Amino acid sequence: MSFLNFLISGISLGSIYAIIALGYTMVYGIAKMLNFAHGDVIMVGAYVCFLAVSKSGLPPVVGILAAVVVCTVLGMVIEKLAYKPLRQATSLAVLITAIGVSYFLQNAALLLWTPNPKIFPALFARTVDGKKVTGFQLFDGQLRISYVTVITIIACIIIMVVLTLFTSRTRTGKAMRACSEDKGAAQLMGINVDTTISITFAIGSGLAAIAGVLLCSAYPTLVPTTGSMPGIKAFTAAVFGGIGSIPGAFIGGLLLGVIEILAKAYISTQMSDAIVFLVLIIVLLVKPAGLLGKKISEKV
Amino acid sequence: MMLKAENLNVYYGPIHAVKGVSFEVNEGEVVTLIGANGAGKSTSLKTVSGLMRSRGGAIEFMGKSIASTPAHKIVELGIAHVPEGRRIFTSMTVEENLDMGAFTVRGGNIDADKERVFEQFPRLKERRKQIAGTLSGGEQQMLAMGRALMSHPKLLMLDEPSMGLAPILVEQVFDIIASLHKAGTTILLVEQNAEMALSIADRAYVMETGRITLSGTGKELAASEEVQKAYLGG
Repeated sequence: MSFLNFLISGISLGSIYAIIALGYTMVYGIAKMLNFAHGDVIMVGAYVCFLAVSKSGLPPVVGILAAVVVCTVLGMVIEKLAYKPLRQATSLAVLITAIGVSYFLQNAALLLWTPNPKIFPALFARTVDGKKVTGFQLFDGQLRISYVTVITIIACIIIMVVLTLFTSRTRTGKAMRACSEDKGAAQLMGINVDTTISITFAIGSGLAAIAGVLLCSAYPTLVPTTGSMPGIKAFTAAVFGGIGSIPGAFIGGLLLGVIEILAKAYISTQMSDAIVFLVLIIVLLVKPAGLLGKKISEKV
Repeated sequence: MMLKAENLNVYYGPIHAVKGVSFEVNEGEVVTLIGANGAGKSTSLKTVSGLMRSRGGAIEFMGKSIASTPAHKIVELGIAHVPEGRRIFTSMTVEENLDMGAFTVRGGNIDADKERVFEQFPRLKERRKQIAGTLSGGEQQMLAMGRALMSHPKLLMLDEPSMGLAPILVEQVFDIIASLHKAGTTILLVEQNAEMALSIADRAYVMETGRITLSGTGKELAASEEVQKAYLGG
C-alpha cells in the first residue's frame, strides 16, 4: 500500500513538472529559446496567490486567478523587454539574458518579500466540525490522499487536453505550430509572428502561475528561490520527453516525478536528484531527441 | 501597374546582394526573373514580400507603398509568395497546410476554396489527411502553390517552382502556371530554368550578380543571343 502512496505522490509531483514543462516546451518550440526565467515566474505566481489569500483574505479562487493574471502579463512583459530585442541575436546571447532575467526576478522577490520563508495557505481544504480537513483516506486509513494531489492530477490532465485541442483546432493554435516549424513561411501565410510568440509566453506563464500555486500547496514553504529547482527539473522533463513536444512534456514530467519520489522512498532522499538526472543522461544517450522528440528529414 | 519595385538595394550583412534593381509587373502578366544561382532573384522576391528590406528605393503594390509594411500585412494586401524550397509545414496535414494558406481569409468560404485547389491539384485531394512531410517533392510543390492560392492573391510570386523536380513534373508545374495565368492571376516567376520560364512569360528580366542586365518580352529574350549563350545552351 505504501508503494501506491508513493506512486500517487509521484504522479502528483510529476503533474506539476508537466505543467511547468509545457511552458518550457511551448516557448522553445516557437521562440527556439530556453526561457530559464520560467521557474521564477512560478515563484512570482505563488507569492501573488499567497499575498491575495493570506494577507488580503481573499478567497482561494481569486488568489489563483490573480496569480494567473499577474504571471501572464509578466511573461509577456519579459518577452517584450528582454527577448524580443534579441530576435536576431545568437542563441547564446538569449540564453545569458534568460539567466539574467531569472536572477533579476529572484532578487526582486528578495527585495519585495524578504528572504524569510512564507507559509503558503492550505487552499484546498474543507472545514468539518470546526477542523480543517485537507484530504481523505481509503482502505481503513492505509491510503491517505490529499485534495491537492487529486486536484493537481486533474488540473494537469485538463490542461493537457485543452492545450492539445487548442494547438490542433484553433486558428491561433495552428499559427503557433506554423511558427514553431518555419517562422518565415508562417509570415508568408499572413501570421503575425511577434504576436504569436507573445501569446505563447502568455500561455506558458499563466500555466506557470497554476503550477506555482499547486507546488506551494503541496510543499508550503515559499522563498524567492522556490521556483528555481522545480524549474530546472521541469526543463529536464521537457528535454526528457522531447523538447518542443506537448505530449512529450506531459510524459517527461510524469516520469520524472514518479522516478524522483520512488528514488526518495526506496533508494536515498539525498541521492534522488542525482538519480533523476542520471536517468535523463541515459535517456539522452539512447534517444538524443528525447522520448517523443522527432527528426524530420528534408525532402527534395 | 500592379507592382513596381524601384532601385532595390538589399544586403546580407556586408554582402550587397541586390544592387539597384527595378522591375514592374502589370495586371494579368506573367513576368519572370531569370539568372544564375546567386544573382539576387530570390532576394528580390523576399524584399517584395517583406521578408527582407531594401535600403532606400521604393516598392508599390496597387499604388500603395509596401516598402515598410510587415510581411504578414503584405499577404493581406494580396501578394502570395511561394518560397524557394517550398517550405510547406511538414508536420501538418495537407489540409492544415491549406488552412494556414487561408489564414488571412476572414468570413470567406474556405471549404469551397479548398475544393477549388483540389480541382487544380487532384493529387492533394487524395492525400488531404496525409502529413505533408511524407509527400513527394512534386506533391510538396503542388501543395505550396495550392496553399498560396488559398489567400486569393492578386499577385502570385513563385520562387524556383521547378527546382529538384523530374522533367515530367517540371512540365506539369509550368502547365499549372499557364492555366493560372489564363484564369487571370498575375504571376512573378523566378527561375533558373530559363527556357521554360521564357516560354510562358509575357516579359522577362535577366539578373546577373545583383543587377538587371537585360529586359524584354519573353520571346525577345528567348531569341536574344546573349541569353541563348548564357542560359539556353545555344
